[in-house]
Amino acid sequence: MESTIIKSRNFNASFGSNHVVKNVNIDIPRNKVIAVMGPSGCGKTTYLRCINRMHELIPGATSSGEMTINDENIYQMHPIFVRLKIGMVFQRPNPFPNLSIYDNVIAGYKLNGIRLPKAERDRVVEHSLTRVALWNEVKDSLTKKGSFLSGGQQQRLCIARAVAMEPEVLLFDEPTSALDPISTSTVEELFHELKTNYTLIIVTHNMQQAARVSDKTAFFYLGELVEYDETKIMFTAPKDSRTQNYITGRFS
Amino acid sequence: MDTSVKNAGITRSDLPLRVIHSTPEGIAKAKNRIRRSFRQIRTENVFRQTLVIVGLLMVILVLGILLTLVVQSLPSLKTLGPKYLWGKVWDPVQDVYGALPFLVGTLLSSFLALIISIPFSLAVAIWLGEYYPKGWLPNFLKNAVELIAAVPSVIYGFWGLAVLVPIVRNLEIRLGVSPIGQGIFTSSLILAIMIIPYAASLGRSMIQLVPSQLKEAAFGLGATRWEVIRSVVLPYTKSGLFAGILLSLGRALGETMAVTMVIGNTSLMPKNIFAPGNTMASVIANEFTEADKPVYVSALIELGLVLFLVTVVINLIGKKIIDRFTHD
Amino acid sequence: MEIRSVKYRIGKNYGFKALVTLFAFACVIPLLFILFFILKQGITKINWHFLVNVPKPVGELGGGIANALVGSILIIFFSSLIAIPIGVLAGIYLSENRKSRLAYWSRLCVDILQGVPSIVIGIVAYFWIVKPLGGFSAISGSIALAIMMLPIVVRSTEETLKLLPSSLQEAAFALGMPFHRVIFKVVLPVGISGILSGVMLSIARITGETAPLLFTAFGNPYLSFNIGKPMQSLPLLIFNYATSPYDDWKDLAWGASLVLLLWVLLLNIFTKLITRKWKVQL
Repeated sequence: MESTIIKSRNFNASFGSNHVVKNVNIDIPRNKVIAVMGPSGCGKTTYLRCINRMHELIPGATSSGEMTINDENIYQMHPIFVRLKIGMVFQRPNPFPNLSIYDNVIAGYKLNGIRLPKAERDRVVEHSLTRVALWNEVKDSLTKKGSFLSGGQQQRLCIARAVAMEPEVLLFDEPTSALDPISTSTVEELFHELKTNYTLIIVTHNMQQAARVSDKTAFFYLGELVEYDETKIMFTAPKDSRTQNYITGRFS
Repeated sequence: MDTSVKNAGITRSDLPLRVIHSTPEGIAKAKNRIRRSFRQIRTENVFRQTLVIVGLLMVILVLGILLTLVVQSLPSLKTLGPKYLWGKVWDPVQDVYGALPFLVGTLLSSFLALIISIPFSLAVAIWLGEYYPKGWLPNFLKNAVELIAAVPSVIYGFWGLAVLVPIVRNLEIRLGVSPIGQGIFTSSLILAIMIIPYAASLGRSMIQLVPSQLKEAAFGLGATRWEVIRSVVLPYTKSGLFAGILLSLGRALGETMAVTMVIGNTSLMPKNIFAPGNTMASVIANEFTEADKPVYVSALIELGLVLFLVTVVINLIGKKIIDRFTHD
Repeated sequence: MEIRSVKYRIGKNYGFKALVTLFAFACVIPLLFILFFILKQGITKINWHFLVNVPKPVGELGGGIANALVGSILIIFFSSLIAIPIGVLAGIYLSENRKSRLAYWSRLCVDILQGVPSIVIGIVAYFWIVKPLGGFSAISGSIALAIMMLPIVVRSTEETLKLLPSSLQEAAFALGMPFHRVIFKVVLPVGISGILSGVMLSIARITGETAPLLFTAFGNPYLSFNIGKPMQSLPLLIFNYATSPYDDWKDLAWGASLVLLLWVLLLNIFTKLITRKWKVQL
């Protein structure tokens, strides 16, 4: 059996009195791509944001239950440590507008007050940009501002920024929903490369994307984890009728 | 609403088709309707023209103020020339008019007030904009800060006279400076309190405009809240915060009453910040009604002109920055 | 990444928040102090006599602020009479004409007016009205204060009307209503609370203004209802009597300060209650 990196036990999350994630139990295996899908409002994004404790930044947001990484309780660690181990890429590409491409990639180190010698910094930047297949495209314009890149390139820059911190897990919150089809496929190709070094959890409302890129898929509906299995099985012979209805398009 | 719809008259493009009885009453009725509709069109036109006139009035008002100030300053402009602005002695009795003491007084008191008030304004802006945008305590703070701006300046002046001046006098005794109490320092203190709300409220609005996704990116990388404020929020709102400071400065430059009551009203060049002095606004307030010579009056008006131009420029720059910021 | 440096960052985070909280709430302290001080100094001086008598000469007991109260009310009344119609009409003009050149300059001038120091307006009013009429008068003070009210009224009217959906006007026009009817019978009634709060705010603002009245209304030790003659106002009285060397005059000024403060506070509270019904950006 593959080793599990992230575990959730009886995990719940709410916005005030609005209970949006109900009793989730899930084991995320290491170095795999896990897709989390479901209709809008099913709680998948909220659950994702609980993994790296972004959920609690919203006033009134609460959570309960157990969430561990490498058997360490995420909610007993300081959020800084959690986020250094678990990086996140957001729905809309959000490079820092006043920083150059170079500085964007290295931004995580700067924010955390980690000073690296120049050679080390250069290495990290080149390494991260290569990982996201952006190095050749931008290596001559590293000092330009990140906002000059196309949407797809900006998103890959954000992935590079997250990768630069060498986390163990990468969370993606609908990473391609704001991108055009070509950029989408470029980013999707990355997932396959990235999983050798990281564990990827990708929230998507695009079923076909889930089917294309993931090893395992989780289906959320109305806050509950309805089904979680190998992607092949989820899409050909799902066990729950709700899953069946979702993938056949009865509701979306 | 119903009756007005019934009597709403006709559209301008066409008269409704109505049955017109060819009786004298019927024709009279039709004539009345046509008269009413033409009257309404005329009223409409008059109204539109009135609006344009009123809009024009605003421009005329400002031009009029500028014109009056310039025309009334002409006598001193002609006799004294522009070097009166840096003349060091103001002695109307001897017909010596040098405005430098007032420029210095104005700049010293305003900038000192700004320096004192900025940390407080910024703190309010960050606390309300970043940490606690909603809730009863933030509401209380917001209202309290707005209240600071609502208190009339005479009351600040009176309180300053009664409470701050003795305190400053004690401080001056301890520092070994001449213990008058009134002076530039005291007026800076009062001004600092009075101008806090301006940078604070503008700053808060600017901080709330920072896109949350930018902050999320920083949080996601492991930054603490302070690090997010320092590296994302503050750089993003730099120009907006600057505009807020400009607004506070403009307010400080133009403040008259509170300053007049605590600054000591001397026309001598202030030697240090504890010395008494005058600002452009306070010297006008004090000496205008007593100015007996035309050149004297005109010299004061010229100060008013300078004040007008400086505050207008500062305020316009501030507004321009805000406009550019909110339209990006 | 050592644990020590993270602890340091966490400590810095809490420290910064504590510092900001301290400075933010420190602003409230002088305000509360001033309010309580005025209350303490003034509360003993206010009674019925205080409100209905005029100030007595130095040395005589009694005396009050009747002339200032009446003066303030009259001056504010006439200011409002002038500023409200013009201001509302200008606000309508600006909200209806977003793109024309005149509207651009007009709007700019309203912004300029808002920043003009009050003493400058006083000077200008002196030359426009006091000099030609040959003497100080309440009406010249009203005009000066009206100029100060204008930007606030214009802005709040314009912002309120801009927030209204254009479908409101379009529906009225489609029914065949002429423009002036659309404005007065449809648009203004809907925006009335926003406009009203702008009006109240401007009144609250000028209630406490002294500088423009220094050379216009000038002040009057007697009770007067004649707007063509000098008139006393509450802030003017406070200024004159507070800076005098006489203790009983200073006492009068304290009582007057409390009255003025309460008046302004009530106006502001009232405005807030109205604004709560309608979000207006002023």
